[in-house]
Amino acid sequence: MNNLQSLSYFYPELLLTMVILVAIIYDLFIDSSESGKVGWVLVFGLVLVAISIWFQDSSKVTTLFTDAIVLDPFSTFFKLLIILATIFVSIVSLHSGELENYRKGEYFSLLGIITFGLFLMVSSIDLIMVYVSIEIVSIMSFVLAGYLKKNTRSNEAALKYVVYGAFSSGIMLFGLSYIYGLTGSTNFFQIQQTFAASGPESNSAILIAVIMVLAGFGYKISAVPFHFWTPDVYEGAPTTITAYLSIAPKAGALAMMIRFFNQVLADGGAMVGMGSFSSTDIPWPSILSLLAVLTMTVGNVVAIQQNNVKRMLAYSSIAHAGYMLLAMPVMSGESVYAIMVYLVMYLFMNLGAFFVVITVKNRTNGETFDDYKGLGWEMPIVGISMTLFMVSLTGLPPTAGFIGKFYIFASLIQGGSAFYWLVIIGGINSVISLYYYLRVVKVMYFDGERKDSLLFPPRVLSGMLLVTAIPTLVLGIYWVPIAEWIQSSLVFFIQTI
Amino acid sequence: MEYILSWLIWLPVVGMVAIAFIPREKEDLIKQAAAVTTGVQFFLTLVLWNNFDSQDGSMQFKEWAEWIPSFNISYHLGVDGLSLPMVILTGMLFFIGVFVSWNIKKAVKGYFALFLLLNTGVMGVFLSLDFFLFYIFWEVMLLPMYFLIGMWGGPQREYAAIKFFLYTLFGSVLMLVGILGLYFSCGKTFDILELTRVAPEALGGLMWWGMSAIKVIWVLLFIGFAIKVPVFPFHTWLPLAHVEAPTAISVLLAGILLKLGVYGIIRVNYGLMPDGVYWFSYALALLGLINVIWGGLCALAQTDLKKLVAYSSVNHMGYSLIGMAAIVAAGEANGANIKAAQAGMGGAVFQMFNHGTISAMLFILVGVIYERAHHREIEGFGGLASQMPVYTGITAVAFFAGLGLPGLSGFISEAMCFIGAFPVYKTIVIASTIGILLNAAYFLWAFQRIFFGELNEKYNDLPEINRLELFTVVPLLIITLFFGIYPAPYLDIISSTMDTIIEHVVDMATYASM
Repeated sequence: MNNLQSLSYFYPELLLTMVILVAIIYDLFIDSSESGKVGWVLVFGLVLVAISIWFQDSSKVTTLFTDAIVLDPFSTFFKLLIILATIFVSIVSLHSGELENYRKGEYFSLLGIITFGLFLMVSSIDLIMVYVSIEIVSIMSFVLAGYLKKNTRSNEAALKYVVYGAFSSGIMLFGLSYIYGLTGSTNFFQIQQTFAASGPESNSAILIAVIMVLAGFGYKISAVPFHFWTPDVYEGAPTTITAYLSIAPKAGALAMMIRFFNQVLADGGAMVGMGSFSSTDIPWPSILSLLAVLTMTVGNVVAIQQNNVKRMLAYSSIAHAGYMLLAMPVMSGESVYAIMVYLVMYLFMNLGAFFVVITVKNRTNGETFDDYKGLGWEMPIVGISMTLFMVSLTGLPPTAGFIGKFYIFASLIQGGSAFYWLVIIGGINSVISLYYYLRVVKVMYFDGERKDSLLFPPRVLSGMLLVTAIPTLVLGIYWVPIAEWIQSSLVFFIQTI
Repeated sequence: MEYILSWLIWLPVVGMVAIAFIPREKEDLIKQAAAVTTGVQFFLTLVLWNNFDSQDGSMQFKEWAEWIPSFNISYHLGVDGLSLPMVILTGMLFFIGVFVSWNIKKAVKGYFALFLLLNTGVMGVFLSLDFFLFYIFWEVMLLPMYFLIGMWGGPQREYAAIKFFLYTLFGSVLMLVGILGLYFSCGKTFDILELTRVAPEALGGLMWWGMSAIKVIWVLLFIGFAIKVPVFPFHTWLPLAHVEAPTAISVLLAGILLKLGVYGIIRVNYGLMPDGVYWFSYALALLGLINVIWGGLCALAQTDLKKLVAYSSVNHMGYSLIGMAAIVAAGEANGANIKAAQAGMGGAVFQMFNHGTISAMLFILVGVIYERAHHREIEGFGGLASQMPVYTGITAVAFFAGLGLPGLSGFISEAMCFIGAFPVYKTIVIASTIGILLNAAYFLWAFQRIFFGELNEKYNDLPEINRLELFTVVPLLIITLFFGIYPAPYLDIISSTMDTIIEHVVDMATYASM
């Protein structure tokens, strides 16, 4: 479809652009103390965008802008997921103590732009678009990570993020240029055709290119060994942004990875639920398996030693990227499905955990384990919901986290006995993670003294805790609606050339 | 009657919600709510027993509802002769447990809420017939247990709680892998009855990594269950957890939670992998022997009375394992000795129940003395017989029951285990009699040191066991005596089911080398 025709299918993104512009302009006319109102503009606008996406007929899968991006149920699913995360984070940002003394207008506009970038990320099928969308998201994230300009940790976070980001996207771009050089095209499907037709003599070149591209993806989802930025950035950035970075860009990058590995390195069998047929000889499933195992293990083992809850959650988010990567090498319909289920579950439990960190920081002004002492007695809502999030992140039933892991493990077992060892390692990792997750629970309940007066966080924060905690529990018991929605979203655009 | 099993499972949750709404200052009301909830549940288990058809060896009171159709997961409940005694035991011990924990001072509301959640988990495991449901209930038990040990326990409680949690979670993760393996190789179902029918055939000849799938799944599930039993060498969490847990939780841990392991092995491993039974039975008997000897030796070496009782659990569960291994006697290769298999399996299941009542009694009695003396060092007492005659008398009976004195229930089940296993595993049975000797030695020696000899001056005014404590311990005592003299009612409940299981294992096994 050419550019002009595409516009009529692009209206959610256009609407989002308008919301961003309205937010920026509105910010010019209001007083600094009222800049929080921009957040409500963004939230309201995002709800409208979500509605427009929900009612957009994505069942007729098609490409837009001369094969740069696609419109298919798969991308719609991710767009809605990302909007949900953005709305949650925006609402909490309005009540975060860290951001209190800053003008928040740009903050919300930048969040809107990230959302826009992520929309492109989840739907791009062209190498140029892949790169551009990653950059949109990255640059906005750099700014937001350093938003607390009077806080040196935040500045450090932004700088580290920029340096790592620039480096890894440089490597990725280099890899992309290899692919273009080998195939003469930037379109996923044409590349796939050329790869499939090429003989074994080009395997080493393809392998090098894929590994370089993987550096870019790995950086975005913070997979080991591209994770070194994560703990520092997550610790230094405003917690709201940390929460956002742990979900939305990861979801975007995973969607991108699924498309890349499914449609460039395989023939897209997962789209029609046929299981995968690797069309290139390079051992990308083994590379991804190794990456997943490393990511989980390093994330979990290092998380044990942390004394700062936020930093612990940063490592835990590395580990969770590993769990999701576990299903990637199978690349069957079920494994993509499992990753999508996991992301939904992860959204609620991980955002919830970070919201607890924000609530606690508002109260004690700290993030270390010591700040959580006796919290369970003092703030029952926070204590109970944090326990729930920790249990869910560990993956114990009956919580959402278990269902996510269950789907991942099930897809691996179904993938055949070549993947059983991944399940065992994934399981052992869950056991390791129990230790540090429960440490939070232990500190909250066992270490403190029982207090007579109870404290309740501000109403909006309590509300957001419930909004994340209730699905964390309920989706662990009954998740049929989510499962069906995801099932119907498991339709990709495939182009046969 | 139709939804009685659901009531049994969900009643504690109703009680928990009710407790959540009671203000935390009203501690008596909270305790009463818990007592009423567990009391009604116990009554329902008796109603269930009354309506149970003991001639029918299959599942009764079945409930089925669709839950997650895409994964073929259903809400499937049922009870048979294997689970019914455990359900009754659960109802009884949780009811008693409320009164044992009557003196809890710290955070009463949280304690009883978690206590009831634990109750739901345990009940659910015994009644689920869907593997997914089974697994969920299995895991639901962990968190309340972690809190109950970690918050209301002894000085090392936090370490004990996390160790318990890590151990069991490790087991359950392996179990999950096994469950998924079964699901995908046996026609995508989690239904235990369906799997029992399909799995023996579907798994036959299936190879994973050059190993028989039956062996792999058997081992995965066995480790999961063995950690709960606990089978040597997975038992190290147990003494610690038992010692640190508050009395009521030790009672439940020893009385019911350990039984879940044996129950799981019989229900799942035996039912789904009959070939595995033949492959593993010798190892099972051997592990039983090690449990008996090792538990006995460790118990002998303890200076802490509660630890002694904890190790006696390891020792006692060993008899159960030896009895279970006797099922192979019914196979053609062992002369189709159905009688021996019946004795062994019946003994194993009876031993589960008897250990449930006896160890509950022992832990309550340890709790009584700890409440008064604030320590449990065996050497620290002496001559208590003159000070607390009633307590001494009851403890004497409990200790005798523990060491398997004829006339008390423990003797019958242990004897049945040995009688069953003797035709097949002569050496192991003979060797495990050393365990009985150790068993008698540690109980009698401890009894002598605590109750006879010079009265320690410090304990001149130690009060006698009070009425509340008597109320918790006497019913158990009566059951022990009753079943010791007349075990027929119990054996009547289980016998048809045991026959069904034995028949199933004998018929479905292919006896092919794996």
